[in-house]
Amino acid sequence: MTVELQVAQGWLTVCELSSLIPGRGVAALLPDGSQAAVFVDRAGRPYAIGNQDPFTGAHVLSRGLVGAVAGRPFVASPLLKQRFDLESGRCLDDEEVAVRTYPVRTAATS
Amino acid sequence: MTEPLPTIVLIGHGMVGQRYLEALAERGVTATHRITVLCEEPRPAYDRVHLTSYFSGSTAEDLSMTPAGFMEEHGIALHLDDPAEHIDRAARTVTSRSGQVFPYDVLVLATGSYPFVPPVPGKDAPGCFVYRTIEDLLAIEEYAKTRTSGAVVGGGLLGLEAAGALQGLGLTTRIVEFAPRLMPVQVDEGGGAALLRTIESMGLTVHTGVGTQEVVTGEDGSVSGMRLSDGSTVDTDLVVFSAGVRPRDQLARDAGLDVGERGGIAVDARCRTSDPHVYAIGECALAVDGRVYGLVAPGYEMAETAADDLLGREKEFTGADLSTKLKLLGVDVASFGDAHGHAPGSLDVVWSDSRSGVYKKLVVSPDGVLLGGVLVGDADSYGLLRPLTGSVPPVAPEQLVLPAGVGAPVALGPSSLPDHAVICSCHNVTKKAIAACATLAEVKKCTKAGTGCGSCVKVIGQLLPAAADKGLCGCFPYTRSELYEIVRTRRLTSYEQLLDGHGRPEARGGDGCEVCKPTVGSIIASLAPTLGASGYVLDGEQAALQDTNDHFLANMQRNGSYSVVPRIPGGEITPDKLIVIGEVARDFGLYTKITGGQRIDLFGASVDQLPRIWARLVDAGFESGHAYGKALRTVKSCVGQTWCRYGVQDSVRMAIDLELRYRGLRAPHKLKSAVSGCARECAEAQSKDFGVIATASGWNLYVGGNGGATPRHADLLAQDLSDAELVRLIDRFLMFYIRTADRLERTSTWLERLEGGLAHLRDVVVHDSLGLCAELESLMADHVAHYRDEWAETLQDPERLRRFVSFVNAPGAPDPTVKFVPERDQVKPDLAVLTIGGAVR
Ligand SMILES: Cc1cc2nc3c(=O)[nH]c(=O)nc-3n(C[C@H](O)[C@H](O)[C@H](O)COP(=O)(O)OP(=O)(O)OC[C@H]3O[C@@H](n4cnc5c(N)ncnc54)[C@H](O)[C@@H]3O)c2cc1C
Ligand code: SF4
Ligand code: FES
Repeated sequence: MTVELQVAQGWLTVCELSSLIPGRGVAALLPDGSQAAVFVDRAGRPYAIGNQDPFTGAHVLSRGLVGAVAGRPFVASPLLKQRFDLESGRCLDDEEVAVRTYPVRTAATS
Repeated sequence: MTEPLPTIVLIGHGMVGQRYLEALAERGVTATHRITVLCEEPRPAYDRVHLTSYFSGSTAEDLSMTPAGFMEEHGIALHLDDPAEHIDRAARTVTSRSGQVFPYDVLVLATGSYPFVPPVPGKDAPGCFVYRTIEDLLAIEEYAKTRTSGAVVGGGLLGLEAAGALQGLGLTTRIVEFAPRLMPVQVDEGGGAALLRTIESMGLTVHTGVGTQEVVTGEDGSVSGMRLSDGSTVDTDLVVFSAGVRPRDQLARDAGLDVGERGGIAVDARCRTSDPHVYAIGECALAVDGRVYGLVAPGYEMAETAADDLLGREKEFTGADLSTKLKLLGVDVASFGDAHGHAPGSLDVVWSDSRSGVYKKLVVSPDGVLLGGVLVGDADSYGLLRPLTGSVPPVAPEQLVLPAGVGAPVALGPSSLPDHAVICSCHNVTKKAIAACATLAEVKKCTKAGTGCGSCVKVIGQLLPAAADKGLCGCFPYTRSELYEIVRTRRLTSYEQLLDGHGRPEARGGDGCEVCKPTVGSIIASLAPTLGASGYVLDGEQAALQDTNDHFLANMQRNGSYSVVPRIPGGEITPDKLIVIGEVARDFGLYTKITGGQRIDLFGASVDQLPRIWARLVDAGFESGHAYGKALRTVKSCVGQTWCRYGVQDSVRMAIDLELRYRGLRAPHKLKSAVSGCARECAEAQSKDFGVIATASGWNLYVGGNGGATPRHADLLAQDLSDAELVRLIDRFLMFYIRTADRLERTSTWLERLEGGLAHLRDVVVHDSLGLCAELESLMADHVAHYRDEWAETLQDPERLRRFVSFVNAPGAPDPTVKFVPERDQVKPDLAVLTIGGAVR
């Protein structure tokens, strides 16, 4: 199984699903030079959001810890610990802040 | 035809003005009156008290004091950016700058005060500022972007706050105070001296006893320096005047209302001015006791008084308390009540420790009533002492000023306060009113206590019924130490087992959270050898539990790059090893800094460089210094007997032995230690979690100290120990701490929380009162026997090394956003400042 991300050019293969540790992320470099943070939760579902932490400007969200509130997964920024909903990109600690999200899927390796 | 409603016009929408409107709303007056507010500033009332927090990330919205929809709901007409310019008392009208005329039946002045700027030449040059409004802050922030130094004229409460803000903006900062000490109004001479040391240790330059004679300007006409009354000249790019405030009473003067000799609109005990149709409240008013109050709590009380008077209710404002607590980050200063001991016959009880910058003074009457006090360097007890003012404290005042750990333990808790004690002085809320609530949220909602300066929140917390749920987080109903016991006795080695078997029902099978994951990770790591689990923190599931620092075995810095810290046990290093560190830093372009913990930190490594950097360091015999983990950081030492003429034991050898013994030990909080070769204490052992000081006949062991924002001297646990006794005792102490402390609880707070305190600790670890010592020692023996260097292991394992890439889909590519710019011949992060919700963070 591979993890694929939808970008302007179509579906981009990011990595093998098996190279993701559940609860941890990786960063992916996108064709336009921007960065996505890709995660998989304990149930094996993948998520992808922008990698830049809007509170500090550093590209580090992929290195945060994954958790869940009321069944919704989030990642806590490793710098100042704000939490971001992995499905909507919304910051759970500051209503006015959000990061972008990317459509993501797993696909059988052909 | 219906009668027109009577009209209230409020001039000034500051903190007190808003409180007045709320008081009217609470009393139903908004339904029976038409209310118009004239506001000079471009925004509705905001929290001026926390203005400075704007620089540390609060937004203008965070500071807002006007609940959304409040004006609409109560039919209040608010005119922003349109100050009142003229009052015609005969016609009972107010004319605003835009030319509108507002008739009134009742006029309320809440115009606050303006910052006093001494009439020195150059005071209006570009680069001169005052510190009162959000607009002032915006202007300072903008100007400071292109400058490097700043000065504050005035070393009072506000001046210090402004100075802290300038320093926070990256300016080298000085303070010029005319009086012979800082905060002359609030603290006495001893307190001023302690305060001075603390402020200077933060890197600010302080000039006391000198005035500012002139603001010197450069060729372009903007500020370039200041000439002081002692004849000296100092360079500065920016000057903030904070030399006191003056009541804004001009409007009232022009209207012929009585004002005080030294300013302030004169009011009676009901806050009425010399015209019965006009009230004055807040900082613009001169109260009946002859004072103009520059604090928000008395202003709020005036607002309530004026609102009550409107309804014919009896309430009088005759004076208020002048308690204050400085909010400047890192400096604890508080003064309350009769701090200067003006009352006849009053006595002082003083504790002064100039080494640590702590000064505490209580003023008591001859019959033991607490009248007031000054606390510098350690103001923890402020929240409790302030409400005790006016009564005889339940314990001797001498005990109240002694630092924790000295003398007999003091059992002074909020339970000792009388019911009528005022806990929150901002909102005048008593212990009784607070005790009627169940949660802090409820207290804030029902009584407003805790929503002003915030200094009472700690005591409020202690007054509330203990929360029934002591669980670590939303996932576990247990405390950290309970989880430790579960993991130990059930021999659990996996987080998922623990979560699914012992988590809250709704969290089982889920993803956990960022609070419990690292906590459990640390518990498993510190028990690993005993449980037979792999101690390696990046194995399997353990990897997903670690904070990013532990995950990458390095410390993430603000731009996403990492610092690398090789262990240098005891601070002893050979020239060859020093050269290796230098070469590695040079070859990878890293910023190097010698730290307070006798280490050399290398900053600015990207993820993908870490393995290559460590390969060279491990080759040269270095190990991971665990600067990233909640683990033992350093054991500092002085040169001791080997080199120093005073030394009585070999402190270097002992420090190295201890550091190697406890390296890699995971704990609830990072641990630091030091060993000094004699009582001169050059290694500062008494500010460490465990510190050792040599005596002629052995070692003295101190525990529970810490530096940082709330420093605490360590307590003497045992004396004249042999090498073996010392090590055994530290083993037991550390393991007992790891077992029973809360998440992120350092040894100092743990020791203070421990029931029975130091005596209990001594019973457990020295006299083995719980019969635990053999087990504690064996846990430590397991740790020591199984220690392996995490970096050496990581480098041997290609699987693990695969994690050290910036991008999973471009393993060779470094992260292009991690950039550096030169500074003092080295590098520093180059990071764009982001804008969120209109405010710069
Ligand atoms: C940085 C800072 C920190 C502080 N820290 C503390 C603290 O820790 N504890 C504490 O108790 N106090 C503190 N204070 C003081 C506290 O902010 C004041 O006591 C409080 O704001 C006074 O409220 P007020 O409504 O009387 O005046 P203000 O809040 O100053 O409001 C007056 C308003 O009236 C407006 N105004 C004036 N003239 C006119 C006019 N003609 N027409 C229309 N509007 C007009 C002004 O523009 C202003 O908005 C601090 C102040 C500052 C600046
Ligand atoms: S603590 Fe004592 S032995 Fe150590 S360097 Fe200082 S004076 Fe010398
Ligand atoms: S004392 Fe200021 S908020 Fe309570």
